[in-house]
Amino acid sequence: MSQDTFAIKSDPALWEKLDMDVERFSNIPPMLTGAYQGVFLEQKNRPRAMSYFDGMIENIFSGRIQEMAGAKEEGRPVVGTFCVYVPEEIVQAVNGVCVGLCGGSPGSIPDAEKVLPRNICPMVKSAFGFKVGRICPYFQVVDFVYGETTCDAKKKTWELLNEYVPTHVMEIPQMKRERDKRLWVDEVKDFKTEIEKISSKKVTYENLQDAIRLLNDKRRAMQRLNDLRHHTPSPISGKDMLLIQQIAFYDAPQRFTEKVHALCDELEERIAQGDAVAPASTPRIMVSGTPMALPNWKLHNIIETSGAVVVNEESCIGTRYYKDTIDENAQTVDEQLERLTERYMQIDCSCFTPNEERIGQVLKEYKASGAQGLIDYCLQFCHTYNIEAVKLRQMCEKEGIPFLAIESDYSQEDIGQLQTRVEAFIEQIQG
Amino acid sequence: MFLGVDLGSRTIKLVAVKDGQMLQNRVVESGFEPHRQALALLEDFRPSKVVATGYGRHLAARHFADSVVTEIKAHAMGARHLFPDCRTILDVGGQDSKVISLTKDGRVANFQMNDKCAAGTGRFLEIMAGSLGYGLDEFGQAAVRSDQTVPINSMCAVFAESEVVSLKNRGLPPQDIARSIHLSVVERVAGMLARLGITGELVFSGGVANNGFLVKQLEKHLGVPVHVPEAPAVVGALGAALQAESVCSGVDA
Repeated sequence: MSQDTFAIKSDPALWEKLDMDVERFSNIPPMLTGAYQGVFLEQKNRPRAMSYFDGMIENIFSGRIQEMAGAKEEGRPVVGTFCVYVPEEIVQAVNGVCVGLCGGSPGSIPDAEKVLPRNICPMVKSAFGFKVGRICPYFQVVDFVYGETTCDAKKKTWELLNEYVPTHVMEIPQMKRERDKRLWVDEVKDFKTEIEKISSKKVTYENLQDAIRLLNDKRRAMQRLNDLRHHTPSPISGKDMLLIQQIAFYDAPQRFTEKVHALCDELEERIAQGDAVAPASTPRIMVSGTPMALPNWKLHNIIETSGAVVVNEESCIGTRYYKDTIDENAQTVDEQLERLTERYMQIDCSCFTPNEERIGQVLKEYKASGAQGLIDYCLQFCHTYNIEAVKLRQMCEKEGIPFLAIESDYSQEDIGQLQTRVEAFIEQIQG
Repeated sequence: MFLGVDLGSRTIKLVAVKDGQMLQNRVVESGFEPHRQALALLEDFRPSKVVATGYGRHLAARHFADSVVTEIKAHAMGARHLFPDCRTILDVGGQDSKVISLTKDGRVANFQMNDKCAAGTGRFLEIMAGSLGYGLDEFGQAAVRSDQTVPINSMCAVFAESEVVSLKNRGLPPQDIARSIHLSVVERVAGMLARLGITGELVFSGGVANNGFLVKQLEKHLGVPVHVPEAPAVVGALGAALQAESVCSGVDA
């Protein structure tokens, strides 16, 4: 897509209908257009198939919202979630729409801080602020929010968020023993009952099986894409990969899967022809840790403008979302829910203890991606990821992997310091 | 002749080298337009190559520098040049403090920097000195005159300042407070050093290493000798100058 023609579209009439603060929100599309042009469209030699994802950004506040509003009019539930532990297959089974509402913008944080304490996670504040300020069309279009108990900031914020939008909460245990699994299966069943009640539609073996296949296909497409991007030299930038993984949380699953496969086909051609976004000698960096929600491109942008390429994201907006699929061989709904729960239990969030499997998973992805250094990214006040970084550091020391831990939020004030750390890390890799 | 320029948050440092020897060094305030200050510094020199480091390195590259190097690598090269057995560097500058571990052959193995606040930096000491009515030089000398310590709990410059106000108002002599602030900084940087571990010779660079009391207390706290270069503030600029020379001679450090 050419840089001059790209523009994020506005739809004030739709926003009005969704009870947004239209006057304030009207400034956002031009602002984000500028940021997107700078971060994405100035990149050299992007794959052609990225034009679909550029289009998803152009339509982020208009076309895609229109689709969701349309689904709502058809009586399909539109569910907002904040975590990859909430089983979207069940929402999909009743033909509902799932959308990730995690906030990645500093712009809504002052809104949140009118209510919430300042020293909590920026992602929680950003999301909550979007609702309080009525400046996120996705938050406005959802029928309700399904929260979970994966972190203290979130679970207590749900109590307050419920005053603005109906907020249900699913309990996610913090250990993975047999008794925790029983609780988890019960929670999944409650979730199913709740979704059935809200949608006035039954979850059946057939519609759940279709949903499982649909989302397995989506996850497999993302696995294929991530495998291809691991090639040296990189056929696609880390920024574009991050973007696609962010879009995965608001695009329609089937269309998204098709477009990801189309991109994969192009990347295969690129690899065959030796076409790349950076020479093979470019330092390769893997990022692990906390998710980067739209429009948080801060760290990737620093890394890739400092002369390195990001080759993997071990993150919720990354491999944690798609590394596992559900066994499709269940014979009854109960069995399906068991298999589904087993798949969700494989997600290795640091909110669990013990969580040794994540350390192994990071190492596995590190090796698969041909990375030459690991940067662990931790959102401020995310204690579990912050503490788990100690174990990652120990693992890296043992394996001889260059390691850098970064703690940051959405503000621009630490860009200088981050740039110094990242550049020094790249120098360290280059020796 | 090759130049290294370190554009730091408080001061700009310049070092000229030839054949691996430091010919001269200069330090000026960063001022409002650091690249102009740096350009004025450069006027007396006709260097073959200029390498910039520090927060203003990219600004310098836009105006005059041939290339840039981060302060991490610059300090590693500078400290290693002055102390060939150095394996650990503590650098406390105006805006941040860092610990760098080196491999046996002098490459950066690991580093750690303070997070985005003034804790354990030169700026912290400056603010604390100011709140006690001392100049930066007098601050360390005042601390030497005391043998009483009160715990200073806050590491945030803002909170620590209110803590100092309440200590003053409890009637504590300023030299006791000065001593206590120094010791709290020692603990902070010792914590950073402990996280990376001290291997081999420890070199303390950055302007804050001019504070003899702090160096002594740090040595006492760590139980190992702390090596301070003759001009600790210019170690980064020296590293940048050495980088300029090594790139030109084809021996990349």
